[in-house]
Amino acid sequence: MSQPPSITLSVPEGSESDGQEPSPDNERALHTSFHQLILEQSSLIEAGLELELQERSRESPAYLAVPDARAVAWPEPGQSEEHPSYSPATLQILASMPSRTIGHSLGAIISQYCNRTARLRRQSVRPPLQQLCRTARPTLRQYDLETDPASATLEEKWRQLVKELLSLPPSQRSHVLLTMPLHLEEKRNLRRKVSGQRVTLRQHTHHWAPFSSCAWSKFCIVLGCRGLWYRLLSLLRAARPWHYALKQIGGRFGSSVLSYFLFLKTLLMLNFLSFFILLAFVVVPQAVHPPASVSPPPFTGLELLTGGGHFTHSLLYYGYYSNITLNDPCSSSPKGSVCPLAHPPLPYNLPLAYLFSIGVSFLVTCILLVYSVSRSFRESVRSSTEELAIKVFCTWDFKVIQRRSVKLQCENICTLLKELLVERRSRSHPQSCSQRLGHGLVMLLAWALALGSVSGSVLAVHFFLEHMHTVQQEQQAQDSGRWQQEAVLLVLPLVVSLLNALMPYLFNFLAMWEKQDSPVTQLYVAIIRNLILKTMVLILLCYQWLNRSVTCSTECWETCVGQDLYRFMVMDFIFTLLDTLFGELIWRLILEKKVKTKRRPEFDVARNVLELIYGQTLTWLGILYAPLLPAVQMLKLLLLFYIKKTSLMRNCQSPSKPWQASRMSTIFNTLLCFPSFLGAAAFLSYTIWTAHPSETCGPFRGLETIYESGKRWVLVLEKSNPNITWFAWVYQNLLENTSLLFFMSVALM
Amino acid sequence: MGNKQTIFTDEQLDAYQDCTFFTRKEILRLHGRYYEMAPNVVPMDYTKDPDVKLPMQLIINMPELKENPFKERIVESFSEDGEGSLSFNDFVDMFSVLSEMAPRELKAIYAFKIYDFNTDNFICKADLEKTLNKLTREELTAEEITLVCEKVIEEADMDGDGKLGFADFENMISKAPDFLSLVILREDEEMSENH
Repeated sequence: MSQPPSITLSVPEGSESDGQEPSPDNERALHTSFHQLILEQSSLIEAGLELELQERSRESPAYLAVPDARAVAWPEPGQSEEHPSYSPATLQILASMPSRTIGHSLGAIISQYCNRTARLRRQSVRPPLQQLCRTARPTLRQYDLETDPASATLEEKWRQLVKELLSLPPSQRSHVLLTMPLHLEEKRNLRRKVSGQRVTLRQHTHHWAPFSSCAWSKFCIVLGCRGLWYRLLSLLRAARPWHYALKQIGGRFGSSVLSYFLFLKTLLMLNFLSFFILLAFVVVPQAVHPPASVSPPPFTGLELLTGGGHFTHSLLYYGYYSNITLNDPCSSSPKGSVCPLAHPPLPYNLPLAYLFSIGVSFLVTCILLVYSVSRSFRESVRSSTEELAIKVFCTWDFKVIQRRSVKLQCENICTLLKELLVERRSRSHPQSCSQRLGHGLVMLLAWALALGSVSGSVLAVHFFLEHMHTVQQEQQAQDSGRWQQEAVLLVLPLVVSLLNALMPYLFNFLAMWEKQDSPVTQLYVAIIRNLILKTMVLILLCYQWLNRSVTCSTECWETCVGQDLYRFMVMDFIFTLLDTLFGELIWRLILEKKVKTKRRPEFDVARNVLELIYGQTLTWLGILYAPLLPAVQMLKLLLLFYIKKTSLMRNCQSPSKPWQASRMSTIFNTLLCFPSFLGAAAFLSYTIWTAHPSETCGPFRGLETIYESGKRWVLVLEKSNPNITWFAWVYQNLLENTSLLFFMSVALM
Repeated sequence: MGNKQTIFTDEQLDAYQDCTFFTRKEILRLHGRYYEMAPNVVPMDYTKDPDVKLPMQLIINMPELKENPFKERIVESFSEDGEGSLSFNDFVDMFSVLSEMAPRELKAIYAFKIYDFNTDNFICKADLEKTLNKLTREELTAEEITLVCEKVIEEADMDGDGKLGFADFENMISKAPDFLSLVILREDEEMSENH
């Protein structure tokens, strides 16, 4: 025995290291389920038990009919361990059941694995239970050492196990040896007995030649792949963005605030995809072959705000893109002249590329959105049952070893459990009839006020629009300065963003007056009201754009719409910053200095997420008119992440309301998919089908509708190759975006 | 690779490879870690299978275990004498079972052992209370803990005996898809080079 040494080890705290990614779960491919074993055991024991009960002529037929041995044999809750009503044999069976002997009875483990190996060997040979006549059944009990009280000595069991292992093929032998829950010393003894010579049961790639059996090579391949995978993961660990920041936020503020940042990350990735597709197929080809255009005015700082001036004739907007086939010298020459080259090198039809890239990016976004909605829906349904037990046992990450991370984990789990408890506790207080009536009236009034204010805002925006038109027309008549004109254009986005920022506070006051008892309902109501406001305003704006009642300084109405959307996005960002500044920082200072409480402002997740959805809708609406808008949105989201995170850490406290993270993320993803994305897709489809493109700019100039370019191309294809009419048919149906997307989404769900 | 080392015989290394999920190199590295904890006590020469055990206090000071709230239980579950002192075999066993390569069933067995504080083969209410206190660092009030314990037993107890047997535990674990990736203790490679 070792004497306890008097060494105190001081381990320095290393640098931050995050938890590893989960290992690939392909265990089931190699090992049989232990659960299966328990079921097999229980069914056998139950067969033995039935016989026992029949022998002692038990009166209750219910016992014989019960399929689950556990329900029969285990005692009633509340009763003591001693059950004088059960026979000694039954008690013995109980005592040797797998669940009662796991890990602490060596004999039981050995017997179990003995039976398991026996079963492995005799699987094909043994006749099924049902076919045996009753008198034959007792013989089965000899195979089951647990129910047989005779062979009780450990030595005999060891010998039996060794015998069984020897009769197995080497591959299975090693599997059984590896998966036995015995101490290593015992396993080594067993192994020594099983293989007398110096033979390894498990081969390694850098040792001798592998066994001929397929299972071994598969095992080696799996080991090799696993090693590669872990090496790759450790490389990726460094490349994963924001991993520690998200863990920090989740640990300190809980899953509700974390869901906002995760949503932001999702949006960033969606935008990156769209941006990448458009960049590769539209922007870069056009940038490489710039059209001959008028030289743009010099760059001043105001363009970043208004999107006009230097940016008007740039890659940012629709108007810049040419309608010719790039790389084709024939297309730039006038019609009728003889074209010297028969086959141009790599012709690139830009209008088609424009149309298709936008279609493909929308399609990809749609698929991803529907997939994420269905996944979060499934998870929210699954995690609603048995949450608590799983949260207690399956949340602690053993890989986390840094002190700060461990502390974060503890906080996280604590918050999780508290959330679940609060939610369960709140389902218990019913109200009287008059109270409910009063409450209903208050609710009705609050809703009337909310809807009234929404209509009021929409009307205000509408009248403001009209006013702006007259002002702009006056300005054009008077030919006032360019900057004055552009500054006037900023006023509408300002007004809309102001409304979007202030109305939620009004809704909050209404909610406080309403006093809903369930905080979850309060949350839903707040979300719906905000959503209605934003949707109405956006519908009004879309209507205005489609009717082309926007006064445009250039002849390109698409560029004007693109600029409008750019301005809306920039204003939205500015107002989000201001809202963070005033709502969180200044409010906290006021609370600390003037009111002198320790309470800090809370991060309003629902409102912030809706703002993100609104910003994303603007991007999707504008993608046709300004192909680089996803890049602008990406920049905006990046800045937003850091700003919101800093403000959160300094100014806010953990939320006091409960939050069902999985359900909420389902709701947010659904909101992103259905009103937001589908609305944008509908707007896009309508534009492609019916809007008349400008005559002098853009890739679709001179055509009746944008859709026509696609139709013409299909006709050209058909003429050149009459065999592909099926493709034409597919193409025609593919562009019916909304209905096809809808059906696809229904199918994917 | 193994020709130069004199710590283990080839046969011993083969035995370790067959009975655990580790390779020769990893086993030698584990021996290095074991030796580092008590160089005066642990011999470099293991060819004769010396009977050397390190007490729990040393093992739980390892960086992989130091901050884990369940460190004592982990070490006790793998200790052959049940007191928490680990021989080298137990040490290797611990890392093998808690490695990424171990199958779900094996981990479930040992996870059950870890959470079973009074080692009566059941996770009873007292065990649950201790687990919760360790998980949340005693941030929950006594009332909340009682409530959580009741709910957990209500949800997971299939046979109605008021405590969780192994079958109940395994059944519940089977519904948690990430159990396998959570119960992992990696022998930190950087640590062995004094990072």
